[in-house]
Amino acid sequence: MRCKKCKTKAVIGLPRHNAAFCKPCFNEFVHDQVLRAVKGDRMFTGQDRILVAVSGGKDSLALWHVLLTLGFRADGLYVDLGIPGYSAKSRERVERFAETVARPLNATLLVHTVTDQEGAGIRELADMVDRPTCSVCGTIKRYRFNRAAVEHDYDVMATGHNLDDEAARLLGNVLHWQEDYLEKQGPSLPASLEGFAKKVKPLYRLSEREIAAYAVLNKIDYIVEECPMAKGSKMLLYKEVLNRLETESPGTKQRFYWGFLDKQRAHSAPDSMAAKDQAALHPCAVCGQPTSAEICSFCKMMARAANLAHP
Amino acid sequence: MKVQLSHPARQVEVKGPKRVRELLRELNLIPEAHLVIRGDDLVTEDETLKDEDQVEVRPVISGGSRL
Repeated sequence: MRCKKCKTKAVIGLPRHNAAFCKPCFNEFVHDQVLRAVKGDRMFTGQDRILVAVSGGKDSLALWHVLLTLGFRADGLYVDLGIPGYSAKSRERVERFAETVARPLNATLLVHTVTDQEGAGIRELADMVDRPTCSVCGTIKRYRFNRAAVEHDYDVMATGHNLDDEAARLLGNVLHWQEDYLEKQGPSLPASLEGFAKKVKPLYRLSEREIAAYAVLNKIDYIVEECPMAKGSKMLLYKEVLNRLETESPGTKQRFYWGFLDKQRAHSAPDSMAAKDQAALHPCAVCGQPTSAEICSFCKMMARAANLAHP
Repeated sequence: MKVQLSHPARQVEVKGPKRVRELLRELNLIPEAHLVIRGDDLVTEDETLKDEDQVEVRPVISGGSRL
């Protein structure tokens, strides 16, 4: 297989682009796709301070790597969820990346440790409030991520969501006709009101396999093992189904997701989401973060855990 | 050839020579969901693996695990 650009030996084939690339040309391709996303969706500029949510997995570390390589001002935030036998491993990957790649480029790693701040690991918290672990994990991560971005004055938050993630999420939303979620799904969520930071997904044009290849080729040591708490996940089923379609018909995922984004843009007014948020959300009585209820779901959950711990 | 797999981590022995795409087909693995790594390098679908080779077939899809 020959590189489409320079004709030397290819290291990866990309059927959806009818192309193959050698390592340097592939790196250029990945960087181009990220820049296209950043510019096309007006995610951020070279002056903005970006906070990247890093988990130790390939997507978030690859994202941080790409942003730093392209010269953006990107710091990382790692949330240690206190999962026995897993968090220590993922944390170690993140810290090693910060040490070898981020710090030499003057980037900072922030760490939030759930057992310290929330008082217990997510498994214990989930048991205490009688909710699925994934639900508790999501609430804590989103809350802490947003709060860190706002408190430390970052202009934008970035997550490593890729084309496979977005297409699978879209499939799930369509299968269940979740119109509210469909309205909000996209690569760029505005800072619709005070207390919310802008949130972007710069990797949305790249497939999961392409990102894994980028990580391997650039010697980014990431955690391959899956989170032991996430069993029976629907997302994995949707991804599997989409990848079977992709194998038969390369380009399926991008036609599906990018096609949806085009239609979404055509059918909705640009500021309608911000306007709706402003109408429905106000500061939480406990922490001041935006919520549609009296107390936000994070504070409600933490209050419940505290009551159960000290009745 | 020695083939390292994940989810769960295990090693299998496969007779070479064999093209990468043939190996994936035999192991019932979707190319779109995997990378084939030999040493420090990625190996493309059309490459032929020899008996002496040691490769890792790494799953790239994350998002939990099926029960």
